[in-house]
Amino acid sequence: MSSTDIAINQTDMHHGHEEHDHHHDLNFFEKYIFSLDHKVIAKQYLFMGIIWAFIGGFLSVLFRLQLGWPEATFTFLEPILGGWVQNGKIDPEFYLAMVTMHGTIMVFFVLTAGLSGTFSNFLIPLQIGARDMASGFMNMLSFWIFFLASIIMFTSLFIETGPAGGGWTIYPPLSALPQAIQGSGTGMTLWLISMALFIISQLLGGVNYITTVINLRTKGMSMTKLPLTIWAFTLTAILGLLSFPVLLSAALLLIFDRSFGTSFFLSDIYIAGQALSNTGGSPILFQHLFWFLGHPEVYIVILPTFGIVSEVIATNSRKPIFGYRAMIGSMLGIAVLSFVVWAHHMFVTGMNPFLGSVFMFLTLIIAVPSAVKVFNWLATLWRGNIRFTSAMMFAIGFVSLFISGGLTGIILGNSALDIQLHDTYFVVAHFHLVMGAAAFFGMFCGIYHWFPKMFGRMMDEKLGFVHFWLTFIAVYLVFMPMHYVGIAGFPRRYYNWTGFETFNMFTDLNTFISISAIIGFTAQFIFLFNFIYSMFKGRRATLNPWHSNTLEWTTPVNPGHGNWPGEIPAVYRWPYDYSKPGAAEDFIPQNVPFSETQSSNLPQERVLE
Amino acid sequence: MVTNIENQNSAGVHPLKFALWLIIISILMMFGAFTSAYIVRREEGNWLEFDLPQMFIINTAVIILSSITMQWAYFAAKKNNLSMVKIMLVLTMVLGIVFLYGQLSAWGDLVQNNVYFGGVDSNPAGSFLYVLTGVHGFHLITGLIFLAILLIASFKYKVHSKKMVRIQLCTTYWHFLGGLWLYLYFFLLVNH
Repeated sequence: MSSTDIAINQTDMHHGHEEHDHHHDLNFFEKYIFSLDHKVIAKQYLFMGIIWAFIGGFLSVLFRLQLGWPEATFTFLEPILGGWVQNGKIDPEFYLAMVTMHGTIMVFFVLTAGLSGTFSNFLIPLQIGARDMASGFMNMLSFWIFFLASIIMFTSLFIETGPAGGGWTIYPPLSALPQAIQGSGTGMTLWLISMALFIISQLLGGVNYITTVINLRTKGMSMTKLPLTIWAFTLTAILGLLSFPVLLSAALLLIFDRSFGTSFFLSDIYIAGQALSNTGGSPILFQHLFWFLGHPEVYIVILPTFGIVSEVIATNSRKPIFGYRAMIGSMLGIAVLSFVVWAHHMFVTGMNPFLGSVFMFLTLIIAVPSAVKVFNWLATLWRGNIRFTSAMMFAIGFVSLFISGGLTGIILGNSALDIQLHDTYFVVAHFHLVMGAAAFFGMFCGIYHWFPKMFGRMMDEKLGFVHFWLTFIAVYLVFMPMHYVGIAGFPRRYYNWTGFETFNMFTDLNTFISISAIIGFTAQFIFLFNFIYSMFKGRRATLNPWHSNTLEWTTPVNPGHGNWPGEIPAVYRWPYDYSKPGAAEDFIPQNVPFSETQSSNLPQERVLE
Repeated sequence: MVTNIENQNSAGVHPLKFALWLIIISILMMFGAFTSAYIVRREEGNWLEFDLPQMFIINTAVIILSSITMQWAYFAAKKNNLSMVKIMLVLTMVLGIVFLYGQLSAWGDLVQNNVYFGGVDSNPAGSFLYVLTGVHGFHLITGLIFLAILLIASFKYKVHSKKMVRIQLCTTYWHFLGGLWLYLYFFLLVNH
């Protein structure tokens, strides 16, 4: 079925059908809905990701209203929230549900499916020189199972008892007992069904990504000539493949506990004065299983953006990436370490202090590969001929956020310090900077950079700048004060803190955070406008607008199904030959053989001429 | 998509075979999670001790036998002995169904011994046994569906020495399911 092109400018596509055995026009459904083309599937993931990001962001604004103005009445929210607002007061259980859904949506639906789904699908075939994914059908299935999971999760927002409310980590026994809170009722059941489907979708996608990268690289594209984006996406998929099944196991056991009367995670519980019959279960066991996924998951979120940012920084600094092999090595290191640090989320579960020290030691080692990456990004920027495109701004913003968020990771990784800081806003600030905001910046960076390839048009740079600065400033204004209140012990997930004398002094700071959050959320509408407007009315893109080296820019402006109208270009060099001394231009694409660049070849490259 | 696999194949493995191995790894991770949870939970005490159903030994023999017939079908396809392919595939399917039936009756034995999946009298020791066998059984059903698809293809003369990919995939998956059961059985023998 690779005989199909969905290009708008079909004229570009009508030479080179020699590899197409049969050709027929596709109807609307085959073209845009149940498409097998990786580029269409990538866009479907992108649109879903954007929709989910706005829902998740809106939820955060709602609960920031509650936190910023705890004494206020929100009668104006009644038209939206209906029964969840009683006499202008947000229902406390709905507050918990909003926090839960914000976390679930952002971590899984936006920064896992939206990010990997978009960029792995879009860039892997284009950058390695393949006509499509290894299995287009599995790829389509992956998206539509994700879509089904999305529908179920979205539906749970509207049921009477509300969506899941036990936090995005759904720790039992709270999540296992429907009688505990409303959010552990039907909402939790839907959460589990949705996540089970989500995991299957991510596994199907991940299998495809890895298979494609290993099997379908074009001639000459050795593993050490791959762009760093592809390395990052592959490692992300491997992490997902190894960790998501474990979450599926945990979810399955939780489903049995909830609906079939087993006691995997439940033991000796009294609820409303009544003893439950469950004995012999262990809630800590769930935490082990959950965080065995949960920790790799934060790298599933951040690794793709490592790749995207490396690519954008090198392109827009007009310099080779500093330490290409070190970048790959550090990503490998982070990927391996991510599986042996999960218990640092559980320092306060009463674990053996010696075991805690082991996990602390392993956790702190992650600082080494992370620092290598930051050093390499800064060294790439150093004395570069920097072009401040919107994508580049977001890439630099990413590095800034990654540093500020990463530093507090070293503090939190210490088991002794974590006992004080556990479940305070310090943790919230840390992970929002280092995996939330940073991953979002990486995603924005990718969208601004590859928009011309996706839609054949450019996004508006001025609006991009406004979007960047407002977001960048708002992010810091939101999360910097959170460190401060967090050190003072301000707890996470509390609906109302005005009852505690200690925390009343932070009222102004909380209001300030909420105002910043609202500004930050509003700024995203500038992006949304820019995105939709540019899709239809943006300046038309040229073939290679950023003067980039990677293969995707050798395709037509609007590539059809099959990507290259003629033969797939062969690859001769690594993707980072920017500003090579002696070269005619400041970039040499990967498909240019050394015989054509004799003036710039290094001594060891002469043999390749 | 098969048409993608034009001339280029940088790893020398058929992409679908590679993908199958990745799927197998993810299934292994799932069972790895179950069995390690089993060990961790068992260490904590309050663990019901009971004898494994006798049926498990017979079932183990049945599934090993089905692996042999599956491999036989594969060799037959390689030699273009198409009628033997069909016979062996049918035999494998029958043995697979016998295995599933055997597992069900093993569950019956467990209930007779007062080892329950859920409810007031259940203990995680028993529940884990049901989960391990149940999830394995679910995967075996997916294997049976794959076998059925292959069997239909073989009746349409689409399985022969020039079209080996599908039967290779099915053989790999079926051996994996058998191997997985052997692992689970020995795991349970050692740790029950």
